[in-house]
Amino acid sequence: MKPAIEGALRMKRYSVFAIAREALRHHSGWEKAWASPVPKASYDAIIIGAGGHGLATAYYLGKNHGITNVAVIEKGWLGGGNTGRNTTIIRSNYLQDPSAAIYEKARSLYETMSQDLNYNVMFSPRGLVMLAQTHSEVRGYLRTAHANALQGVETQYIGPEKVKELMPIININGPRYPVLGGLWQKRGGTARHDAVAWGYARACSAMGMDIIQQCEVTGVRSDAGRVVGVETTKGFIGTKKLGMVVAGHSGQLAQMAGFRLPIEAVALQALVSEPIKPCMDVVVMANTVHGYLSQSDKGEMVIGGGTDGFNNYTQRGSFHHIEETLRALVETFPMISRLKMLRQWGGIVDMTGDRSPIISKTPLGNCFVNCGWGTGGFKAIPGSGWAMAELMAKGEPGPLAEAFTMDRFKEGRFIDESVAAGVAH
Amino acid sequence: MLTLQCPYCGVQADETELAPGHEAHLKRFSVGSSDEEFEGYMFARKNPKGVHFERWRHAYGCGKWFLAARDTNTLEVFGTYSAQSTEPPADLVAKIKQKRPDWEGYK
Repeated sequence: MKPAIEGALRMKRYSVFAIAREALRHHSGWEKAWASPVPKASYDAIIIGAGGHGLATAYYLGKNHGITNVAVIEKGWLGGGNTGRNTTIIRSNYLQDPSAAIYEKARSLYETMSQDLNYNVMFSPRGLVMLAQTHSEVRGYLRTAHANALQGVETQYIGPEKVKELMPIININGPRYPVLGGLWQKRGGTARHDAVAWGYARACSAMGMDIIQQCEVTGVRSDAGRVVGVETTKGFIGTKKLGMVVAGHSGQLAQMAGFRLPIEAVALQALVSEPIKPCMDVVVMANTVHGYLSQSDKGEMVIGGGTDGFNNYTQRGSFHHIEETLRALVETFPMISRLKMLRQWGGIVDMTGDRSPIISKTPLGNCFVNCGWGTGGFKAIPGSGWAMAELMAKGEPGPLAEAFTMDRFKEGRFIDESVAAGVAH
Repeated sequence: MLTLQCPYCGVQADETELAPGHEAHLKRFSVGSSDEEFEGYMFARKNPKGVHFERWRHAYGCGKWFLAARDTNTLEVFGTYSAQSTEPPADLVAKIKQKRPDWEGYK
């Protein structure tokens, strides 16, 4: 805890008094939220990837483990990858115990994140419903509800009438996609995705960590089976420990470090409509049709679609997937049929064989990897950072990460979330 | 939209007509192989950012499996060929090499 508090003293706190003070002096006193330093010759730890997961890892390295001589290296700009491309949904209603544990840890950290970081991440625990639109989904969600009860995750299976009550704009009697029930997580919701990255970056910078943007890693240097540093477009930077937290491009980095990951990169798409008046105050996931729907604070309907079935690094997906998603959502939510769609984008997600993440040591000594979050990384950011920081600080995985090691594929110890939980992938 | 020519029926097939089947030319390991070999066959994929050889099925056409060479970074299709091939045809490899001089080659 100590370094964070010292850091907070160096960082000017945001508060109602700060707003009043700045209002009186024409907002001339706001400082940059984080520094843009030149890289030092070496660090105690380097994290590759300044997205949510990478910055959260750096933050908890400092806050929980007192390691602050840390650099976070980013080839683009911070939060510019999947952190800026998701549908901002936060939930923890997973089936398997290890998943429920890490996602619930993340969800609970989101609750106090704004206070913890002194940065408003606009966490909105508005509730989340996963629609059951086939009989197998009904059985699946009943099973998940029971599993969640045993795991201490608060969820509830609800009937179609309750679904209708929670979201009056839904049509529960559609001919192709009738609503048979839903899995309701009251404490699920959304947060402002950019603010999560910015808040962590500001807190890391205040602890004295270096966030180095526009710096691409081009090679990993090792000596006698242990990592000694990384080659970058800004020169060689030495390090005692290396964490790779780069989602879609994990495979490329692993290749530089001399090992392979059980991962394939595919494009996942999302889109937003023109803004409309408030009409739905819960998050809806329709997994049968691979569609998510929520309304942003600006009034836009935020819609998440499905993934392409082929390897893709282009950050744009196939149009027909959007068509499939919207076709089904229009039947379930008839009032959105006239909405114009404003923007569409894609992110490169890293899919593992069992659709669960990898937080693991690697064949290269002192090199750690956090990847494979696939289509569901945003919700996990704080929990993932917490677990990865523990792994990097101690060299061994803690209770949150121990099930997510890379060797589970060889051992057949899968954390199978792709089929069992009915999660859209 | 991705368009691949089916090598069997010759149709220029849109992506919506096709079913993707992931990496091609996998060496299969089964009973009697080591844990590492089986893990590699089951899970380790090349997942390149660039030239990729993969399986596709002309699902809403002739129904047959075929193989394709495609760039995962630009979505450019280099060519398609028969599924009865144990490795990419030499002329296709030469064509890719010409377009992508930095490509390390098949293998």
